[in-house]
Amino acid sequence: MKPKAFDYLRAESIDEALAALAEHGTRALLLAGGQSLVAMVNFRLLEPALLVDISSINSLRYIRMAGNSLEIGAATTQAELLAWPELESRQPLLAKALPFLGHMQTRNRGTVCGSIAHADPSSELPLCLATLGGEVILRSIRGERVLSAADFQTGMLATARHQDEMIAAVRLPVAQPTAGYHFDEMAIRRGDFAVASVAAVASGEAVRLGIGGVADRPMVYDWSELEENIIDPALNALAWDLHGQDDLHASARYRRELVRRLGRRAIKEARSCRS
Amino acid sequence: MPFLNKNTRHSITLFLDGRKVTGLAEPRLLLSDFLRQEQFINAVHVACEHGVCGACTVLLDGKAVRSCLIFAVQVAGRRIDTAAGLADENGELNDLQRAFRRHHALQCGYCTPGILMSVTDFLARNPQPTEGALREMLSGHLCRCTGYTGIVRAVLDVVAKRVSSRSSCT
Ligand code: FES
Ligand code: FES
Repeated sequence: MKPKAFDYLRAESIDEALAALAEHGTRALLLAGGQSLVAMVNFRLLEPALLVDISSINSLRYIRMAGNSLEIGAATTQAELLAWPELESRQPLLAKALPFLGHMQTRNRGTVCGSIAHADPSSELPLCLATLGGEVILRSIRGERVLSAADFQTGMLATARHQDEMIAAVRLPVAQPTAGYHFDEMAIRRGDFAVASVAAVASGEAVRLGIGGVADRPMVYDWSELEENIIDPALNALAWDLHGQDDLHASARYRRELVRRLGRRAIKEARSCRS
Repeated sequence: MPFLNKNTRHSITLFLDGRKVTGLAEPRLLLSDFLRQEQFINAVHVACEHGVCGACTVLLDGKAVRSCLIFAVQVAGRRIDTAAGLADENGELNDLQRAFRRHHALQCGYCTPGILMSVTDFLARNPQPTEGALREMLSGHLCRCTGYTGIVRAVLDVVAKRVSSRSSCT
């Protein structure tokens, strides 16, 4: 499978990339790590007239603290985030989720923001973004706007990003000191797309659970308290509420069972990590 | 080299297996095809062409990546290492390649060059990996012949030998 011919622009600055997006509209696509995009271009599921490569814009390659959030620039790879020495202490959910994301070989190139832009319903980073209540910073020649995770991802591979906008960075809230975090998923083989994935945050008696791979986007549920004897009925209600579908990889029924089991385990693990 | 027209073959220079080389690529040419067809490096194998199998893995500035998910024009000025560059100038295989041979870590050999490059990156970053971490890393490669047992044995053997050769020098 070979891509259809396209023009290529290696943007040297953010402004140059934004100007190209503004000029070419729907004919242009941004290329960062390309770990989803190039596969889709190879399959000709996408046929851009112009690829704007932002992977060598150095001002987009950073991990920094912004208030109570971790801000990650658009050219930062998943491997760079995973290797960041402060990751485990700043946000253990990411440290637990990233090893599930593809493989070492794809994390070396794939970017954090690219995965969020791609918005695959079974992907790990959109689920973390939604569960942590993060934000997406969008830039265009018209200016900048910041969207909450819930407002950003609108469906399967669909987001609120306008055609002329670039995700310049994402912000992921750092861990609350007393909360516990856990991530788990079931995939047919390690590194494959998750059949179902769960991200859990336990703080005091409260629990937040994010579920990926079942609905058309990550879904987040909150309980202000969740006693042992109501966990199972709560997870069962949630499993049905997600309206998972049968597909090639799993039946809807199997997905519901995964939500119940992974959910229970993740809540238990997150609670045991509270301090 | 900021803007490249789709219908033109552009000259790109890179450092390939320790040599400075120049070749032609239109923007849509995958790095895997550039390496095979322009540079005649047939140690780069191509199977799925969408990032799933790992056969095409090469090192980009020392890091293992899928060459079927990169365009050749993206690597201008960068360093690419392939399995063709692992042996020395006399064709003497390196320790990893010899261990693969000793432990029957390949049968048809289709997956092998990609795996060698991933292991090269992996061991550079984790000189003493656990078997679990090694298997996790190998999950980025499909091998349809070996069942991975020989591959794991070969890599762990290299790890042990590199460790003992280091300690005997100190
Ligand atoms: S050919 Fe590149 S990963 Fe399969
Ligand atoms: S040796 Fe044949 S695919 Fe691995």
